[in-house]
Formats: sequence, C-alpha cells, structure tokens
Amino acid sequence: MTTTVQTKSMTMIQGINDALRIMLEEDENVLVLGQDVGVNGGVFRATEGLYNQFGSERVIDTPLAESGIIGTSIGMAANGFRPIAEMQFLGFIYPAFNQIMTHATRIRQRSMGRYTAPMVIRAPFGAGVRAPEIHSDSVEALFTHMPGLKVVVPANAYDAKGLLIASIEDPDPVLFLEPMRCYRSSRTDVPEEKYTIKLGKAAVRKEGEDISVFTWGAMTIETMKAVEEIEKEENASCEVIDLRTLYPMDKEAIAASVQKTGRALIIHEAPASGGVSSEVMAVINDTSFLYLRSPVERVCGFDTPVPVYSLENEYIPSPEKIKHAIRRCINF
Amino acid sequence: MLDQFPMQQIINEEGNVNPEVQTDLSIEQIKRFYYLMLRARMLDKKSVNLQRQGRIGTYVQYEGQEAAQVGSAAALEEGDWMFPTYRDHAATLTFGHSMRNLLLNWRGRLEGGLPPEGVNIFPPAIPIASQLPHAAGTAWAEKKRGTDRVSLVYFGDGATSEGDFHEGLNFASVFQVPAVFFNQNNGYAISVPMKKQMHAKTIAQKGLGYDMECARVDGNDVAAVYTAVKEAVQRARSGGGPTLLEAVTWRYGAHTTADDPTKYRDQSESDKRRETTDPLLRLERYLKLEEAWTDAWASSLEEEINDEIEKAIEEMENYPEADISQLFDHVYDVPTWTVQEQIEEHLAVKGRKA
Ligand SMILES: Cc1ncc(C[n+]2csc(CCOP(=O)(O)OP(=O)(O)O)c2C)c(N)n1
Repeated sequence: MTTTVQTKSMTMIQGINDALRIMLEEDENVLVLGQDVGVNGGVFRATEGLYNQFGSERVIDTPLAESGIIGTSIGMAANGFRPIAEMQFLGFIYPAFNQIMTHATRIRQRSMGRYTAPMVIRAPFGAGVRAPEIHSDSVEALFTHMPGLKVVVPANAYDAKGLLIASIEDPDPVLFLEPMRCYRSSRTDVPEEKYTIKLGKAAVRKEGEDISVFTWGAMTIETMKAVEEIEKEENASCEVIDLRTLYPMDKEAIAASVQKTGRALIIHEAPASGGVSSEVMAVINDTSFLYLRSPVERVCGFDTPVPVYSLENEYIPSPEKIKHAIRRCINF
Repeated sequence: MLDQFPMQQIINEEGNVNPEVQTDLSIEQIKRFYYLMLRARMLDKKSVNLQRQGRIGTYVQYEGQEAAQVGSAAALEEGDWMFPTYRDHAATLTFGHSMRNLLLNWRGRLEGGLPPEGVNIFPPAIPIASQLPHAAGTAWAEKKRGTDRVSLVYFGDGATSEGDFHEGLNFASVFQVPAVFFNQNNGYAISVPMKKQMHAKTIAQKGLGYDMECARVDGNDVAAVYTAVKEAVQRARSGGGPTLLEAVTWRYGAHTTADDPTKYRDQSESDKRRETTDPLLRLERYLKLEEAWTDAWASSLEEEINDEIEKAIEEMENYPEADISQLFDHVYDVPTWTVQEQIEEHLAVKGRKA
C-alpha cells in the first residue's frame, strides 16, 4: 500500500507559520510569545492567523523587553510549558544575553536535571534586506559558544518546518535563526502533515567531486549561484553542504565530504574572526587533515559591524568572491 | 495616579489659553513654534513620498508628534546634549541637525547620524531604551566637570518596559545628574497598545520609584511641552537633578513605512485627531483668536520651507555614493591586521588598489 503525502508549495515564512500552528494544535503547553506576535501577526507575518485561532492566552503580545521575554520563558519552561519566544530581530536579542547565557543554558546542570528549559528562541537575522542599522547582524557565533544551547539555521521552507518542529520538541533550549533574505526568496514543496528533521544533521545541496563548500542560511543563495557559474567557467565540480545546525555540528557529513573532495571552503556572512567557520576548520583538521589537497579557505563578512544598507552589498560575500576562493583552492 | 498626574495644558484644542496657568510665552514665540512644527511636518510628509517613490529606504514617520518634539527641543541651549530615537528627527532638526543629513539617514548612509560640528546629538538609537543610560552618563560627566549643560533623551511608551529605562533613571537619580527623560507616549509600540505594555495608568508615575520630579503634559500642546521641559532643564542646570516627563501624543500614520497599522488599530482615530487634538491646528486656532494669523503669512512660511526641503533633497540626491572605505574606517582608531587584510583582499577581488 502506498500513502501519498499531501504537499504544498510554501515560502520559508509559511513553513515556519505552519510548524507553529501544528505544534500549538498538538500540545496545549506550547505558547508563542514576543513583541507584536499576536494581533499584528509578527512584523514578518510569521505568526499570522495564530492569535485568531488560539487566542491571547497562547499567542501573547508581550511588553517590549527581551530579557523579560526570555527570563519568563525560562520560568514557564521549567514549570511545564513549551514557550516559543520571538526576538523581533537577532540584533535586539542582546538585552536577553544574560538570561540565555546564565540561565537558559545551565538550569539543567545547576539543578542536577530537576529543572530544564525546553524552549525555542526564534530570531530573524542577516543583511541584504535594506533594513536599518542593527537589524542585520549575523551573530550566530556568540551563541554557538554557549554550552547548553543548540543553534539551528534553516534556509528553505522544508527545512524550516521540520527543524522548527524538532526544535520545539527538543528537551533543551534551541536558538532558531531565520535568515530574513530566505523568508520569501523561494518556495519548496512541504508536506502538510507534521514531520521533523533531526537537529545536528547537515544537508547536501549539491554533490560534487573537487571541493566541499560549507555554508548555511542566506549564504546558500550566493554559494549556489557561485557554484553554478564556476562549474560552467572551469572544469570543476563542487559539493555544497548546508550545515543547518551550527551547534552541535554534523561532524560526519563534514568529514565524509572533505575526505571525498580533498578541498574545503566555508562561507558565512558573519565576521570572519571568531566565526563558526573556525569550528568547521577544526572539525576538518580533526577528521580529515591528511586528505587535504589545498589549505582550507573561508569567505566571510569583515571584522566590522554590519554596515548601514548603502554598503551592505559590499559587505555580504559576493558570488565573485566565492568563485575567487574556489579557484584558489582548486588551482593550489 | 491619573489624578496625581493630571495632563498639563496651556493651549486647548479650541486654541484658548488655560486661564489658570501663568505663561510668559509671547505671540512671536508661538509663531516661531508654528513655523518649526510646520517645517517638521512638511519634511515628514515629503519623506513618506520619497519612500513611496523609492528615493529613500524604509522611513519612520512622526506626523502628529511635532509639538512634543519641537517644544522639547526648543527648550535646550547650545551645548546641551540630545539623545534621539529613530522617530525624533523633528527634535533633531529643531536642535540644529542638517536636513540633508537627516534625509541621508534614510538612504542608509552613516552621514545621517552626523550633526553639524558643535551640535551634541548622538546618532539615533535603534535598540529601544539603550540611549537612556547614555544621557545619564553625559549629564554625569557635565556635573563632574561643573558645567551647566544638560542632557535630554527621547523614548517611547514601549521603551519603559526595557531594563535600560529603569537603569538609566536610577543612575540619574542616585547621582542626581542634570538629565531630562522625555517620554513621547504615542499610545503604541508598533502594534502593542499602552494598556498591554503596562498595568500603570501613566508613565510619569514611574519616576516616583526613583524619587524623581515627574509630570504628565499634553504632548500635542507645544506651549505646555515647552514650558514643562524648560522648567525641567532649568532645574537640572541649577543642580536640582533629573526629571521624567510624559508627553501624551499620537502618531497618525504607520509605525514605519514597512508597517500596516490597519492590522492592529482603527485608523479613523487618526482622522478624528487631525480635526481635534492636532498640534498645528491648535496653534492656528490660537493665533486666529489672537488675531495674529494671516493666510499670507502661513503660505509664505510654506513656500520658504518648501524651498528649503527641495534644496535638501537635491543635496541628498547629488551626494556622492558611499565609498567602500566607510565600511572599514572608524571601526577602530587604528585598524587591526585582520581588518587591514580584509580590505586588501576585498579590493584585490574587485580589481582596485587599497
Ligand atoms: C531592543 C529592541 N527591541 C525591539 C526593537 C524593535 N522595535 C523597533 S520600534 C519598536 C516599538 C517601539 O515602541 P515605543 O518605544 O513606544 O516607540 P515608538 O516607536 O512608538 O516611537 C520595536 C519593538 C528594537 N528596535 N529594539
């Protein structure tokens, strides 16, 4: 007997909305809270329709206070609820830094497992939408450096839905980063029913033989473009891997790919120094050093604040720069 | 609390002066306020149009809040400090910011945050309430140095929920610094109305916990705003410590040009207010009652302002493109080697020399 899975073509924002709806329907302990998530449906419409369907006790417009949102979510999570807290933009999460770093991440250990904080923090992030200052920060590395927290970054509707549901069901706190540039940039066929994608698993976006290109989030867009172009321009075949979870990282996928191609390039929008690329390099070093045929390279944002929007196109790693780095690796 | 903090008013909606208040504001001053508010409003309306035409990016409008911003800014003296948010360009314009630069801000240009030399205005704060401790800090520095300069800081009703609001007020109170915390209560933080933001009935009362002078004024009455801020500024200058002021006002339009207010409120409230509580209409009524209004005067102002705005737009549009160097300049006093290498690599790929 075959069962056909009903699918629907969705943008990433719709995939996120769908995941939230499914989880609110399934588990009465799931709550959505944040600034403008209720009546307004979220500034990006991620929570559109949820307030009307589930009411103000479950889809909650909070006061304008990130520390308060995360701090109370920790309390609710420790006391039986499953809060999904929205930060309006990742660049505004900083007031909550203390609550995440000193409590969400460690309440499990500090209480020897008695209290836990199974909660999801959703946050749009990244440059390229001509947003005002601070709205465009890519600071995932601040959070991959927080033991006790998991960090997830989808890049399309299918992954967003499956990873968000998995994050909500995860027993630990998860930071779920949503690249704004991917919200409506493409559509994918998404099953209408519930499904999960295991956290910590990368996805091979494109198979190839000569170089492994690792990236995530909105940089999958530039990376795919660069790879498509260079495969026409040079006699090269590139493998593109979307890490999807930045902590814990998919060590097996990284190793398998680098051991096949012998070359590696990492692309991220965040500043290079201290960026997650360093961790990918460490994994490559630990697992695949003797397979390398060229030095591992990275193309990243600069060690500068994300600029005001007149300069953001200069800031975001361009397909040109990615191609340049690929050539350098291949012709080493 | 509403009784404890009555809304102070000098000129009411009909344009009549409250007989119970002593005011030494002259007709000339009121006419000056009218001009400044008209200037602010015309720039705002024009900016919304520029955004619609794609000539500037996302824009934050303040229409309806002109009395609060102009009245407060006009109470400052040269050398004082101003800390605006993203919505306070009527205040910064009044305090001497350049119109061209204010427009450049909405083109995603760093120059947008840069006031003329000698004018102490911080770049507009984007993270809500983060500017309050800064204002307490500059005021504290002036106090330590023994000057009589004050700091004036703007923030919205939503900002009162952030920790920085409370920390800023507390520091100002503990160290008795010359700061004025000027709240524009426009009723909404994006979609969230005041009653969801706080259980308190007023924002002014939040100063009580810090034993701070606090008051609530009609934020659409420029005379009341000016008078209250002037008093707070004088108290601060003379060593009397900080003040929290709540100016009750209303934003007519959307939160920003990227927002759709019909999702969360009935915009007919704005239409109604344009005919009743409007800050410019009120002065027009007042000046007519005082027989100090002529249509010729009003239209000459409009013409003058229009010319100024057109000129600023031209300057904004002819302003040279942002150079890549702005990405790297001023991040550090001396660029680190990582930044230096990144510049070189970037320019090499683009085929340009560093
Ligand atoms: C720390 C922080 N969180 C969230 C935001 C997103 N945001 C921008 S404006 C705004 C509402 C601010 O409301 P209010 O303080 O009342 O000022 P208003 O915009 O009405 O002038 C929000 C939530 C932000 N800029 N900073």
